[in-house]
Amino acid sequence: MRDVAVVSFAQAPSVRREPDRNEVEILMPVVREARERSGLRKDEIDFICSGSTDYLAGQSFAFVAGLDAVGAWPPIAESHVEMDGAWALYEAWVKIQTGSANAALVYGFGKPSMGDLPEVLALQLDPYLLTPLWPDAVSLAALQARLCLEGGVVSERAMAEIAVRDRGNAKANAFAQVKGDFEAAKLLAEPYLVDPLRKHDCAPISDGAAAMVIAAGDVARRVCRRPAWITGFAHVAEPQDLGVRDLTRSRSTELAAEKAGALKGRVEVAEIAAPFTHQTLLVERALGLGRDVAVNPSGGALAANPVMAAGLIRIGEAARRIHDGAARAVAHATSGPCLQQNLVCVLEG
Amino acid sequence: MAELCAVVGIGQTKHTAARKDVSMPGLVREAAERALADAELTWKDIDAVVLGKAPDMFEGVMMPELFLHDALGGAYKPVLRVHTAGSVGGSTGIVAASLVQAGIHDRVLTVAFEKQSESNAMWALTISMPFAMAVVAGAGGYFAPLIRGYIRRAGAPEDTGIRVALKDRKNALKNPYAHVQLPDVTFEQIASSPMLWDPVRYLETCPSSDGACAMVLASERAAAKTPRRPAWVLATEMRSEPTYFAGRDQVIPRASLDNAKSLYAKAGIKDPRREIDVAEIYVPFSWFEPMWLEGMLFAPPNEGWKMVYEGATEIGGDLPVNPSGGVLSSNPIGASGLLRFAEAALQVRGQAGEHQVDGARKALGHAYGGGSQYFSTWIVSSEKP
Repeated sequence: MRDVAVVSFAQAPSVRREPDRNEVEILMPVVREARERSGLRKDEIDFICSGSTDYLAGQSFAFVAGLDAVGAWPPIAESHVEMDGAWALYEAWVKIQTGSANAALVYGFGKPSMGDLPEVLALQLDPYLLTPLWPDAVSLAALQARLCLEGGVVSERAMAEIAVRDRGNAKANAFAQVKGDFEAAKLLAEPYLVDPLRKHDCAPISDGAAAMVIAAGDVARRVCRRPAWITGFAHVAEPQDLGVRDLTRSRSTELAAEKAGALKGRVEVAEIAAPFTHQTLLVERALGLGRDVAVNPSGGALAANPVMAAGLIRIGEAARRIHDGAARAVAHATSGPCLQQNLVCVLEG
Repeated sequence: MAELCAVVGIGQTKHTAARKDVSMPGLVREAAERALADAELTWKDIDAVVLGKAPDMFEGVMMPELFLHDALGGAYKPVLRVHTAGSVGGSTGIVAASLVQAGIHDRVLTVAFEKQSESNAMWALTISMPFAMAVVAGAGGYFAPLIRGYIRRAGAPEDTGIRVALKDRKNALKNPYAHVQLPDVTFEQIASSPMLWDPVRYLETCPSSDGACAMVLASERAAAKTPRRPAWVLATEMRSEPTYFAGRDQVIPRASLDNAKSLYAKAGIKDPRREIDVAEIYVPFSWFEPMWLEGMLFAPPNEGWKMVYEGATEIGGDLPVNPSGGVLSSNPIGASGLLRFAEAALQVRGQAGEHQVDGARKALGHAYGGGSQYFSTWIVSSEKP
């Protein structure tokens, strides 16, 4: 395996609604910042990969406009996944592993404010049997939370404490959307949004984007004072059907963490992309995090959740901690209903 | 540094207008099972699944790999979903190959599909967005002016497209999986078919198909254990450029030329027309054969049509193009690129049956997409590099 490191990262502020800028306009300054911070010339970045989904824009080929944000001239070696940018990062990392690229720009973007996100996500389900019933994403997560509560895996109090922690951490994050000082007891007095989930249990709906530059060995060492080396990288998908999965644990996160070697050393920082409090608890458990780990210092997805960029942002936030001196961090990304597909990335200084 | 990668299993469905007998999971599984059977492997042997398809609105399912991978043996394995517009089938094969070349996996299943009968592709392509030009005539309306540009620039005879269509439609009769098969097709029949988007006639255009294609890609070590001759991946390449800007050559885009140069350099090919034995090129409208013959540097500028006229691209010519019948005969959009890649592999494995090109040793698979702006290609060989 080649040594590959995150050398720069940039993100747009996550906001509930970007009324004035389209996706390209949101992306352009972010891409420029990631490139400038990387210290690499445009022609030294020899692969580009992005993650997004047509259904947020409600338009086929919505990702094509992204080419205008990166300036694809002269023509570029480029690819796109219909997945969170974290998986675009995986494809770029694989590309560098083949030896056919030495540095890559990765970006992810989402502008869900143009539609009703929980309802749009119902289109991810089996189109013959489930989508016609239109179960929205929050309702499916509520079913999972109910199973977790009744199985004694989580408690409503523990869920509220996750919200308190992440929103509190987000105070230090200029890009986060939901932040501040809260008390679990007061949050628990709030009404249910979708029983047993309250508003604080759900990630906000966010418009946003992120970009990252990764580079191989000597290139990374040349341009970055303290590169965030990717020492483990794996992702695993579960079947979608809720009836065939144990929804009270995240088996695919466990498998990805094992493959990525997440537990082979002490974890200082963990960034988790789960969009619900009970899911955050399930992922923390699946990652085997001890009490001494700083979880979601950025506030995590519960503080800012631009779909299709949220996972990449977790990796970027973890990389930033390494750049600032942390020794070892684990970042997580997810996709699909009820933590269907999960990715784990291990970063070291 | 990269590990070797080989195609060891190939499967596809019989392409047709509407596969009412199967669901989407049924369709992709059918192609995948055939690829596994060809490789004499089982679901257990697969390390990862890479799925590709064109816009999700073609079926109306958002990120359908989430509900489909279970039918492809993807449970508790890594699953990737690629989407690079019309070139996606090719890009999907390339991403799958890179997982093997990077040394991460030994056996990767790659599948691409479209089930156009589930929805309406023309509708999916014509949603009008604020401040954007609406392409209300689908892909044909978009590409017809580019073809006009080519005809004028190259001084190509007006019947070049008909000749390409006649060749591909005759080739399709030799391919049991081809969708459109017209047993007694003639030049006059194509010439007199309705003009859809001048200069593209009905019989010079691709159909809307339901279909899937699958391949098992393997490392050198894993390939050694498979029963049939592998097709070795010599080189892969991808290039993209923006849709619109002043001065962009949309007829023979620079991304196509850059892609070709880089691909041939990686494969050690100096004279592509002489060194490549057969090419499966993405030709959804007949005229794109002479255009991509130039775009892939098989012909000098403005002379691609001469290869058509000389019969060079027929089976038996010096560079057979689309012996399978090509996209003109079968177009499950998301799979069309992977089909080109798979047909190239079938040729160098000697598995192409009636449309086999004798002695094919090096073959090109090609796909393009968007507004002639995404290109993905590979070269496969019967010889281990």
